[in-house]
Amino acid sequence: MMGQLIRFLPLLLVIALGVVLYRGLSLNPQAMPSALVGKAMPDFALKTLSNSDKVVTQADLLGDIVLVNVWATWCPTCKYEHPYLVDVAKDPQVKLYGLNYKDERIAAQQWLQDYEDPYVFSIFDEEGSLGLDLGVYGAPETFVIDHHGIIRKRFAGAIDTKVWRREFAPLIAQLIEEKKQGK
Amino acid sequence: MRIFSLVILLLTLAFSVNQAQASPVDTYEFRDEVTKIRFQALTKELRCPKCQNQNLAGSNSPIAADLRKELYELLQQGKADSEIVNFMVERYGEFVLYRPRVSALTYILWFGPALLILLGIIVVIVVVRRKPVAKEVLVLTAEQEDKLKNLLNDK
Repeated sequence: MMGQLIRFLPLLLVIALGVVLYRGLSLNPQAMPSALVGKAMPDFALKTLSNSDKVVTQADLLGDIVLVNVWATWCPTCKYEHPYLVDVAKDPQVKLYGLNYKDERIAAQQWLQDYEDPYVFSIFDEEGSLGLDLGVYGAPETFVIDHHGIIRKRFAGAIDTKVWRREFAPLIAQLIEEKKQGK
Repeated sequence: MRIFSLVILLLTLAFSVNQAQASPVDTYEFRDEVTKIRFQALTKELRCPKCQNQNLAGSNSPIAADLRKELYELLQQGKADSEIVNFMVERYGEFVLYRPRVSALTYILWFGPALLILLGIIVVIVVVRRKPVAKEVLVLTAEQEDKLKNLLNDK
């Protein structure tokens, strides 16, 4: 019996290896968990995009279910997701803020004029310092922050209807529930 | 033969050109030689979050340039290597370490190969030391003995 089993061991090993490798084919190697999920929004004090005299901090984002969308005029994918963000902004249960990442003020202001401004306000992060603290490595990226100021999700890439339904809608619903229950 | 060496020469040239383009040029002034060496070591150890098969030293992407700049500033501030690595991990996750830390998640990575070698050694030892299957001792009966003798003598 034992000898019989050993004879089939190589075959079993190869099949097991095949299953593992086959699974690997459908994994996304770009997907990486954010180190910041579960942590508080990092401290910052930056000017807004529209007003170079007005300083905003992490305290200005507190109290609501917040989306922070990292965008820039040099980012083509940001343009693609922009119309969807305009839609998201119409939802009264979330507040959408922009993080204008390593961009030029004039060009970015022009962009918002041309394509409609979905953001409550945009933080102007010219040096990318807040971006660095958030672990941003490109644009667009979107962070979900709960009403206690804790980062609950980070999503890298463009948002559209499909992505919203899959990645965001369940979490937002859960957060709304948590907020209702006073957690 | 001449064509062959020409091809080799062209290939070598092509590769050296690529290499020249691929290594980003930063001009950082370090306060001393040790800091410079630490900078070089850290840019080799830290992985670019965007272009995943390159380290910070080898990548041209804007984020890698930013991180090199941050790394330089942290070094200038006198931060220790471990502090700098922690700084990066806090923001970009364990992912940025080309040499991952030993944790429950990476046990298999760190100890898997040693385990496999051990397993191999055990298998080899077992196979080598296994007693050969006892051969049946064949003895001829007296009758067969006679028959054999007759056959051999029969010319």
